[in-house]
Amino acid sequence: MIRKYTISIFTENFFGLLNRITIIFTRRRINIESLTVSESEVKGVHRYTLVIKSEEEKVKKLVKQIEKLVDVLKAFYYINEETVFQEIALYKVSTHALKEGRNFERLIRDHHARMLTVESEFVVIEKTGHKEETQELLRATTAFWGA
Amino acid sequence: METLTKTVGAESKMTQTMTGAEAVIQSLLAEDVDTVFGYPGGAIMPIYDALFDYQHFINHVLVRHEQGATHAAQGFARVSGKVGVCFATSGPGATNLITGLADAMIDSNPLVCITGQVASHLLGTDAFQETDVLGVSMAVTKWNCQVTKAEDIPGAIAKAFYIARSGRPGPVLIDITKDAQFGQLEFSYEPCEMIRSYVPRQKLDMERAKEAAELINSAKKPFLLVGQGVILAQAEQEVLNLVEKADIPFAWTLMGLSAMPTDHELNMGMLGMHGNYAPNLKTNECDVLIAVGMRFDDRVTGDVSKYAKQAKVIHIEIDPAEIDKIIPADVPLVADAKEAVCALNELVLPNKHTDWINSFRETAAIEVEKVITQDLFPQKEGMTMGEVVRNVSQKLNGDGVLVTDVGQHQMAASRYFQFNKTRSNVTSGGLGTMGFALPAALGAKLGCPEREVVAVIGDGGFQMTLQELATIFQTNAAVKILILNNNFLGMVRQWQQLFFEKRYSFTEMVNPDFVKISEAYRIPALKVERRENLDEGINAMLESEGPFLLEVIVEKEDNVFPMVPTGASVSDIRLE
Repeated sequence: MIRKYTISIFTENFFGLLNRITIIFTRRRINIESLTVSESEVKGVHRYTLVIKSEEEKVKKLVKQIEKLVDVLKAFYYINEETVFQEIALYKVSTHALKEGRNFERLIRDHHARMLTVESEFVVIEKTGHKEETQELLRATTAFWGA
Repeated sequence: METLTKTVGAESKMTQTMTGAEAVIQSLLAEDVDTVFGYPGGAIMPIYDALFDYQHFINHVLVRHEQGATHAAQGFARVSGKVGVCFATSGPGATNLITGLADAMIDSNPLVCITGQVASHLLGTDAFQETDVLGVSMAVTKWNCQVTKAEDIPGAIAKAFYIARSGRPGPVLIDITKDAQFGQLEFSYEPCEMIRSYVPRQKLDMERAKEAAELINSAKKPFLLVGQGVILAQAEQEVLNLVEKADIPFAWTLMGLSAMPTDHELNMGMLGMHGNYAPNLKTNECDVLIAVGMRFDDRVTGDVSKYAKQAKVIHIEIDPAEIDKIIPADVPLVADAKEAVCALNELVLPNKHTDWINSFRETAAIEVEKVITQDLFPQKEGMTMGEVVRNVSQKLNGDGVLVTDVGQHQMAASRYFQFNKTRSNVTSGGLGTMGFALPAALGAKLGCPEREVVAVIGDGGFQMTLQELATIFQTNAAVKILILNNNFLGMVRQWQQLFFEKRYSFTEMVNPDFVKISEAYRIPALKVERRENLDEGINAMLESEGPFLLEVIVEKEDNVFPMVPTGASVSDIRLE
């Protein structure tokens, strides 16, 4: 069954490792849906988080190939039900939207979004949540794009 | 030379100011390196300049193409068990290593390749002979790194050797910028013994070992497969003890060849596409299949959906990524082959499987009748590859080192050459690299100078790296080169005949005069065209003090059988 898997990789901070990891996917023609790399809670240990669509058998083998890399400490895979995740989305809207008064304020309140910055040309609002929620707000803001 | 090397190695423990280039050489000496295969060029010149002062400690072999350096280092590593070392310059020098790196990667050969790189301030500027060697070599190395500071050189080399030789061995590349070679450092060398993120071998799970032993003890038809992992782990004797104690017939993969004596009574021959009839058929009849240090390559398994479905599979393998990769294991033993087989030897009970073993012999008799007799004692006028190889093998009493290229001759040689000693087979298994044998044979000869090394090569593959004749002449390595010439790319032609309606598309070769080529490189040579001259030709080759080239004209359109056609089950192996 093809579904989404989140792969978590803990590594040394080694030059070129990102390339070494991604070619494992390229070689097997697996598209990476998203990829984040940063230092983990342990100093000096880096965490890669990748999301792919695939089958469990393939993912198992993939994770073994990743773990085989000299500079990888450990790799894990999870299905959506096993992970806590949310997206952060930023929306850039014309400052004219503020002139709509209550409508725009209401939108922000209803979606539990918040205003990050107000510039003379545009405002930026932020929303965290699951993809459906951030997409919903994206649709709701369309009314204010062209203003 | 051995003791001198050690002295220099010992001195290196003290801190000493030197250039990065000299530190490269001192680091190699600290790793007991006595042979390097390489080719100089702009970006590696400081290292070559440092090498000039160490010529008496390190034998540098000047190959004629960097690909030759990698294959020679592979041949050296395969027969000696040591790490093969290569030098190459930046850009084209480094890219010429790629084929050899890929070959070493898939066949688990320990190599350390050191490439020069343009100065660090020029990286990314498309400088002369600049290539992203790290990026280009990433997919074909076990590990690689770039060094841009002199003081990082000893640590990188120590890590490289540790990674190349430990766990499942493989090739490592270190790219050193020219400014790092010129830079100064306080040199001291600490061998690498541990890398936090790297587990070269896992501890054997004894519960699993007990499960495996129980399976073996209750098996009626056990069958053991010997891969190169047995040789790499030096587990040859342990595996023999196991098969003898429990009376288990075994067969070897192409890469496992020579791990045991060919004529051992439990040795049933070679697995795979052109392997022997019985081991292929019996794979689908056994009840317990014990795979030791092998990875179920598609040339071994044929159609995996019809491979050993009836059997319980015990997979002994050092690389966890190989477990369940191709064939699911009922009992996986992730461990060094020696450790795992030692543990099994304590747990398995003495047994007898006479009927089962006899059934192999009955099946083998069919192959003898339909294939082997025709190969070894042909009635037709043209010579077969099999009879030539067997003749050479018999004259060497099984003590020779066989180096093969890729194609029909490789399969004929693997089937008919006989081995008494381990580490006697050098071939390009996983990658199937034509042009491998000539440089690999040079490396093998330097890795075991006391042994006779015979390179069996086809007319096609020989022409891919024949410039290494010059290296062989210059080093006076007594490599015996046997060209089996059918004036065809024989294996491709065989496939064209069997699967492409005899449409011989670009496989016939108009060849040069190989004897003249050899003589131009000042290597004595002889051509044999008729069976009655074969004996004296082979004698001349084997009696020659130095290198020698023997060209034997063989039947133009012979095929290699048995054969498991691509995509077929091992049970569907064809005898004709």
